Amino acid sequence: MNQQRQHNANRDQDFGDVDRAGVLVALSRILPTAALLSTAEDLKPYECDGLSAYRELPLAVVLPEDEAQVVAVLKACHARGVPVVARGAGTGLSGGALPHKHGVVLSLAKLKKILHLDPVARVAVVQPGVRNLAISEAAAPCGLYYAPDPSSQIACSIGGNIAENSGGVHCLKYGLTVHNVLRVRAVTIEGEVIEFGNHALDAPGLDMLALLIGSEGMLAVVTEVTVKLTPKPLLAQVIMASFDDVEKAGDAVAAIIAAGIIPAGLEMMDKAATAAVEPYVKAGYDLNAEAILLCESDGTPEEVSEEIAAMRSVLEHSGATDIRVSLSEAERLRYWSGRKAAFPAMGRISPDYYCMDGTIPRKRVAEMLKAIAAMEKKYGLRCANVFHAGDGNLHPLILYDANVPDELARTEAFGAEILALSVALGGAITGEHGVGVEKIGAMCVQFDSAALSVFHAIKHSFDAQGLLNPGKAVPTLHRCAEFGRMHVHGGGLKFPELERF
Amino acid sequence: MMQSFVEQIHAATSERPLRLRGGGGKDFYGNHVNTGHGEILDTREYSGIVAYEPTELVITARCGTPLTEIEAALAGQDQMLAFEPPHFSAAATIGGCVASGLSGPRRAAVGAVRDFVLGVKMLDGAGTSLTFGGQVMKNVAGYDVARLMTGSLGTLGLLLEVSLKVLPLPVAEATLRLEAPQDKALELMNRWAGQPLPVSATCWQDDLLTLRLSGARSAVVAAQQRIGGELVNDANFWRDLREQKSDFFTNDLSHLSHLSLWRLSLPSVAPPLNLPGAQLIEWGGSLRWLRSGADAAGIRTAAAQAGGHATLFRGSAEQKSAAGVFQPLPAALLTLHRKLKQSFDPKGIFNPGRMYREM
Ligand SMILES: Cc1cc2nc3c(=O)[nH]c(=O)nc-3n(C[C@H](O)[C@H](O)[C@H](O)COP(=O)(O)OP(=O)(O)OC[C@H]3O[C@@H](n4cnc5c(N)ncnc54)[C@H](O)[C@@H]3O)c2cc1C
Repeated sequence: MNQQRQHNANRDQDFGDVDRAGVLVALSRILPTAALLSTAEDLKPYECDGLSAYRELPLAVVLPEDEAQVVAVLKACHARGVPVVARGAGTGLSGGALPHKHGVVLSLAKLKKILHLDPVARVAVVQPGVRNLAISEAAAPCGLYYAPDPSSQIACSIGGNIAENSGGVHCLKYGLTVHNVLRVRAVTIEGEVIEFGNHALDAPGLDMLALLIGSEGMLAVVTEVTVKLTPKPLLAQVIMASFDDVEKAGDAVAAIIAAGIIPAGLEMMDKAATAAVEPYVKAGYDLNAEAILLCESDGTPEEVSEEIAAMRSVLEHSGATDIRVSLSEAERLRYWSGRKAAFPAMGRISPDYYCMDGTIPRKRVAEMLKAIAAMEKKYGLRCANVFHAGDGNLHPLILYDANVPDELARTEAFGAEILALSVALGGAITGEHGVGVEKIGAMCVQFDSAALSVFHAIKHSFDAQGLLNPGKAVPTLHRCAEFGRMHVHGGGLKFPELERF
Repeated sequence: MMQSFVEQIHAATSERPLRLRGGGGKDFYGNHVNTGHGEILDTREYSGIVAYEPTELVITARCGTPLTEIEAALAGQDQMLAFEPPHFSAAATIGGCVASGLSGPRRAAVGAVRDFVLGVKMLDGAGTSLTFGGQVMKNVAGYDVARLMTGSLGTLGLLLEVSLKVLPLPVAEATLRLEAPQDKALELMNRWAGQPLPVSATCWQDDLLTLRLSGARSAVVAAQQRIGGELVNDANFWRDLREQKSDFFTNDLSHLSHLSLWRLSLPSVAPPLNLPGAQLIEWGGSLRWLRSGADAAGIRTAAAQAGGHATLFRGSAEQKSAAGVFQPLPAALLTLHRKLKQSFDPKGIFNPGRMYREM
């Protein structure tokens, strides 16, 4: 039993003393040879997640086949004070699944069974490695689907969705992961299996299900999930509206909400984004527009025609220069295909891109876009903007080339400035991609040391030794002090109580 | 005002803990708080809407703001608190609403209080002011403490300010009623919920199933034709149900001894419960109210076997202290509760015992 480890709010732990050989022996007693990877060559595919700017080889990767093996692995790591990083499909965009140098990557990829689907109760019980889209595919014959639809839904796992509280283009109307999950079964670092939530609409006690969702693999490892299934709307139609000015497009978003409409999806792309996407997917976007809005209505045919008419009228009054309504399902999907393929499309016009994820109040959208245009000049980098306009969740995509010295550094500074502005405009540093390693510094901008200390206390309640995903999601106060030394906010030092180096 | 809260918190001890209270209308809910020589912390003077922007779909208000004030402001802009919270008193406050976590008839259709909470400001057991979440729809920075606070019954801290997502009022509504025995009603409610129908509330009692449709006018009309039943013109039906003022809750059943009101939260498909007493069903089958003199253990076992839990919603002080108001937690989960309580409120001064004796 390792006695020295102790999660604490002040400093990151070192873990340099992990007994590598001892851990491998212990793991080899739990797992078949093929499910324990430890050579550099085997570890390589796990060195990063979707944020490839950060890479690290772990001590080992384990691929358990069932919950009992997950429990055994966690107990073994707990007994030896070894860090554990859970991993789903590795599509995360904040480095949440980045391995720990002295730790074990616990892949849930083999737990991919849909255990039970009940069309009458409208629930599906699935293992954590099940892909997001696979749930909707399994439910489709019953006229049901799983509503949260991240653009990565063909690949990302439900376990990863829980960890990040992922959203999608339809979450304005249908909610995020937290609104669509009824129950999570998870294993603590001590190997204790706990159920959070149930198949009713609430559970006794504190809402720890909400606490677990979005906790980035820091509190427990998810081994089973019950999701809520939603009836498929009879019809969906999307409007594509062009604007000759981003500000007008931003105002149109507010005007739609003010008219009492909650569209099924309300997305914006600027000219740089449509220009990048169009040659790739041929969605039929208006390339002359400064911005386009995609505005979807779904429901019964009667509802949809009523709502489409109302949205069209608002968009016209807001100065749309062109309005097209999808007339077939194929056309609707084509309009969306460009939006959903926006990230990979950037990979075709730029060697690398860096996706930001700040949220702001809707009314500040135009202001933010103007500020980003100024930052493009300041940092000498291009930026394309796609975003979940209805929720005020921006995805500026900063284009850079990692092979050009200092471009990554300029990109990160650009990104950090966007996030600081998001907070200043009354928003948050991340709407759906999570903090991971990437935004750990930006956390010090959004939260003061008192709030961070509460996060650390919560972490301590679940994982006193601080072994689950160390160094992610919540910065230590020492880290923020260092960050504050580099970035002094508003003339005053944050964390003045901490010693500085 | 906030300063006096901080002073009260500083002065409180485990022997002299605080009972947090807004309008007081939900004092009945939860276990008895043993304040000993402690005092009540009354939130009502810390009141007022801080920000409300209809196009942002967000309202921020201080904890002591009357629920009626908030609902009136929203109605003025054709918006609403979609979870339809019960007031249980004209003095109900928004802080009490969030802390109790209770939702009304629309819950199964749109979500509970916790689904609409975007952010909170609060004071912890040391009197430290903390902010979690915010005023934006999406925010995954840090653990979701705002939702953890929702329904925590004032056991973790004092809510100072809450930000809630609001929704437009439905354009059209209609209430329908059909005859159906319980098993048939459960089947119908589950079937409707699996179809794209604008059902926003359901209530079954005495072989009558009442439902509400809300949404676009055309959708309500179409659903009305499809479902059938007779149109009900009782503007107060859903409000009375929400406030527990309808006959089911108020009928004098005192000839039955030890009658309590139980709230059973179950999977919507759970079959009719075979328990003595009168039942009323809401939330598409997920919420079953039971007025019964049956013993707590039997009710709790039945609820657990059906996959849910039972709350002694209204009962005598003796019964509450004997059975506990809330379904007991498994040991590992209770341990986590205790640890969280310890980190938010190490002195044990906020509503001790109101949720569980151990916290
Ligand atoms: C092209 C592209 C588009 C994207 N679009 C969206 C989008 O529209 N919306 C959105 O929200 N996100 C989007 N993402 C981000 C990403 O897909 C989501 O964050 C997704 O939920 C990650 O799932 P994953 O299985 O890949 O998790 P991973 O990347 O493997 O892990 C993510 C985090 O979850 C933890 N984790 C994984 N499994 C478990 C488990 N079983 N128990 C505990 N912790 C676990 C990991 O430790 C890590 O912290 C996109 C990514 C890409 C590459």
